[in-house]
Amino acid sequence: MSPKWRIRLAGGLLVAVIAAALYFPALRRQVNKAKQLTEETAEQARRELLPPAPVTSGDPKVKAKMFWGSTGSDGSLVPVTVELPLSSDPVLRAKQILNTLLAGPVDPEARTLPPDAALLAFYILPDGTAVADFSESLATSIPSGIQSEQLAVDSITRTLEANVPQVQRLKILIHGQEVDTLAGHLDLTQTFQVSMKEAPTPHSTSPVSAITAPFKRAIEKAEKAAKH
Amino acid sequence: MVVAVLLGLALSLATFSSGLRAKPRTASNAQGMAQNAPAAPSKQVETSSPSQSAAPPVPPSPPPPSVGLNIVVLDPAHGGTDLGARGTEGIRESEVVLQFTAQIKRALEGQGFQVILTRDGNDNPSFDDRSARANAQRGAVFITLHIASTGLAGTVRTYVMPDAPPSYDTPGLISWDRAQAPFVGLSHKLGDMVQAELAKRFKGSPATAQVAPVRQLRTTAAPAIAVEISSVSVEERAELDRMIPGVAEAIAHGVVDFRPSYVLPVLPGTAPPSRVQP
Repeated sequence: MSPKWRIRLAGGLLVAVIAAALYFPALRRQVNKAKQLTEETAEQARRELLPPAPVTSGDPKVKAKMFWGSTGSDGSLVPVTVELPLSSDPVLRAKQILNTLLAGPVDPEARTLPPDAALLAFYILPDGTAVADFSESLATSIPSGIQSEQLAVDSITRTLEANVPQVQRLKILIHGQEVDTLAGHLDLTQTFQVSMKEAPTPHSTSPVSAITAPFKRAIEKAEKAAKH
Repeated sequence: MVVAVLLGLALSLATFSSGLRAKPRTASNAQGMAQNAPAAPSKQVETSSPSQSAAPPVPPSPPPPSVGLNIVVLDPAHGGTDLGARGTEGIRESEVVLQFTAQIKRALEGQGFQVILTRDGNDNPSFDDRSARANAQRGAVFITLHIASTGLAGTVRTYVMPDAPPSYDTPGLISWDRAQAPFVGLSHKLGDMVQAELAKRFKGSPATAQVAPVRQLRTTAAPAIAVEISSVSVEERAELDRMIPGVAEAIAHGVVDFRPSYVLPVLPGTAPPSRVQP
């Protein structure tokens, strides 16, 4: 290779290095941006796929009682009456009510649930046990502590009691799963009493347990058969 | 050639960056992040002998010797990687509860109680391991300590489990998952007595114990309460430190007041409860 070409090659490489150095910061920004996108929480991604809150213009406006926190730090709940278009179907109505509760009061200090939490699913079993499936943010963004976790669950159960009389008990799931606690304190393995019209039902005989009972019996039978 | 080198370099960089940009967010990604709840242990706890949990069923034994309350199991909550509530001043619940526990231990020992800690370092035993420390004792009460994220600073609340019918699958044994059920009445008494002492010392605290389904209490086969101090959101750590002697004294006095009420509950298939010997 002649000296002339060597100089050209060296010059070319130098230009390439300078171009790479100039492009590197932009590349880094793009990498960080892509990282942020992939780090978005599961519920954020899922929420985008969920249909919006089922509020239809045909629903009559009624006065709903929402239980949000008091603005003081005493950990009590205060009923607030708001006018909402509510469906007569108990499941749709419960979804509308809980979405309003999640949206929060005018004063953010009176919030009982994290602003980024979402209701993923809600259904009512024939005996009045409701199952509410919330996004992971309900567990991860709530202030940790017995008082704050109890306040959150109380605001849900009391709001349901005031507006959806068909709901007797409530089972809370997080992202479709039964979890041990809400945020390290409050026990979510049991159902919560919603309507005070009936006596509390022990969680072992709740319909949710009743659903799993046949499977448990089948497993026990299989274990006995294996022993023999 | 130079042009070829530059083009090659630019193309490879562009391909790399567009590949990053085009990474899709899908529902399957979201579902993949779902957490599985830890499976609840399927155990039973024997309350008629001092053995560990998960003991096999035993035939009804002769009446146990008289048992009085002489042990307090203290549980500083959280620990290890679980820091608990965190305040703006760098206050960590898992650390602060250890300080409270040390002083409460001294106050209880001063009243003649034997004190067992579920942890005394920066580790994080499971809920069941913590309960097991109490379930292996006779004549014990269990107190779990927490610092809240919220609440009126300078107040303290005591919590007890709600009433629930106990489950006896085998005579003399109670379900581990509902080990607290036969003790709820005693827990309410203990909670009210401790809370009454706390309310005397910390203005704004409730007069009686509150009811909440606290996970840690559910598997504890002893009178059990949770004490939560407000809060990690204090302006400076010294505010919490000043509460330590009052909390320790109140808990020690509350447990002393409760001692005459302590009677082991009657379980089907076991002998009648022994008399209390304070």
